[in-house]
Amino acid sequence: MKHLAIIFLLVLSGVTCAGVPFPEFADQEQQQAYDTLTSELRCLVCQNQTIADSNAELAGDLRRQVYEMLQQGKSKQDIAQFMTDRYGDFVLYNPPFKAKTGVLWIGPVVFLLIGLIAVFLFVRRKKNTAAVEIDADKLAKIRNLLEKGDQS
Amino acid sequence: MLKFILPLILFIVLAVFLALGLNLNPREIPSPLINKSAPAFSAPKLQTPAEKLSQTDLKGQVWLFNVWASWCASCRLEHPILNQLAQQKAAIIVGLNYKDEPQAALGWLAQLGNPYDVSIMDQDGRIGIDWGVYGVPETFVIDKQGVVRYKHTGPVTPEDVQQVFLPLIATLQAEH
Repeated sequence: MKHLAIIFLLVLSGVTCAGVPFPEFADQEQQQAYDTLTSELRCLVCQNQTIADSNAELAGDLRRQVYEMLQQGKSKQDIAQFMTDRYGDFVLYNPPFKAKTGVLWIGPVVFLLIGLIAVFLFVRRKKNTAAVEIDADKLAKIRNLLEKGDQS
Repeated sequence: MLKFILPLILFIVLAVFLALGLNLNPREIPSPLINKSAPAFSAPKLQTPAEKLSQTDLKGQVWLFNVWASWCASCRLEHPILNQLAQQKAAIIVGLNYKDEPQAALGWLAQLGNPYDVSIMDQDGRIGIDWGVYGVPETFVIDKQGVVRYKHTGPVTPEDVQQVFLPLIATLQAEH
C-alpha cells in the first residue's frame, strides 16, 4: 500500500512538472482569457499543437507574451491581433473569414452540397430506370399472380 | 458518354489538388511582414554588448537580417554560404543571435568565420517574436526605406543566393 501511494505521488508530480510553470492570475476573467488564447493559438514549430499543449521553446515564449499582455490589461482581440501581425492567420486555430481563408470555410460546405446533389441524382436515376424496365406484359402477369395465386 | 467523362474529370481535379498539396512546404508560412516596415528593435551587439544597434541605424542601406544560433544545426549548414555571400559585399548582413549564449555564439563565429557586419543579441527571443521568427535560420531582406521585402525560412542554399537574393539585392540597391 505504501509503495502504491509513493508511485501514485511520483506519477502526480510528473504531471505537475510537465511543461512550463503555470502562470497565476489574480483575476478569474484573465485566467479564462489566458486559457482560451493559449488553446486557440497555434505553435508554429510543431504546427499541430496549440501553444498551451506544446513544449517547444517558441510556444513557451508565446505563452509568456500572452501572459504579459494580459497583465498589461490588453484584451483578447488585442493579443490575437498582435500574433497575426507577426505570424499571419496561420497562428490562429480559428482563422477569420476573409478572401484568403474563404476556401477553408466554404470548401467543406461546397463538398457536402456536391455530395448531396450526387446522391440525390443517383437515387432518382435508379428509381426512374427501375420503373421503366417493367413492361405492361410483365405487370399484367404480376397482377394476375397476386390476385389468383400461383396455380401452376 | 458523360458517365465516363465525369468521373475522369473529377479524378483529374482531385489528382491535381493532391499533387499541389504534396509539393507545398508546410514549413513555409507566408510572413505578414512583407512590404511592411521592419519591426523596431534596439539590442546590444554581440561583440560589443555596451553598444546597441537599432533598425533606424540601418536606414538608407539594403541589409539582410539573418536569424542564427550556435545551437541550430541547419545554421551550420548555411554558414559557409553566408560567408561566401559576405565576401561579395552585395549588402550589409546583420545577424540576430537568437536565444543563444554569448560565449557559445562568439566561439561559433571564431571557429566558422563571421559573415556578419554586426550581430545583435536576442537572448529572451522577444525580437524574434516581433519578426515572426519560428524556425531558425531565417533570412529577411530589408530595403533602403526600412521595408521588409523578402523572407526566407530555413537554410539559404547557393541556388537561393544566385536566383533570389543577389538579383533582389541588385534591384533594391538601384532603388532610392
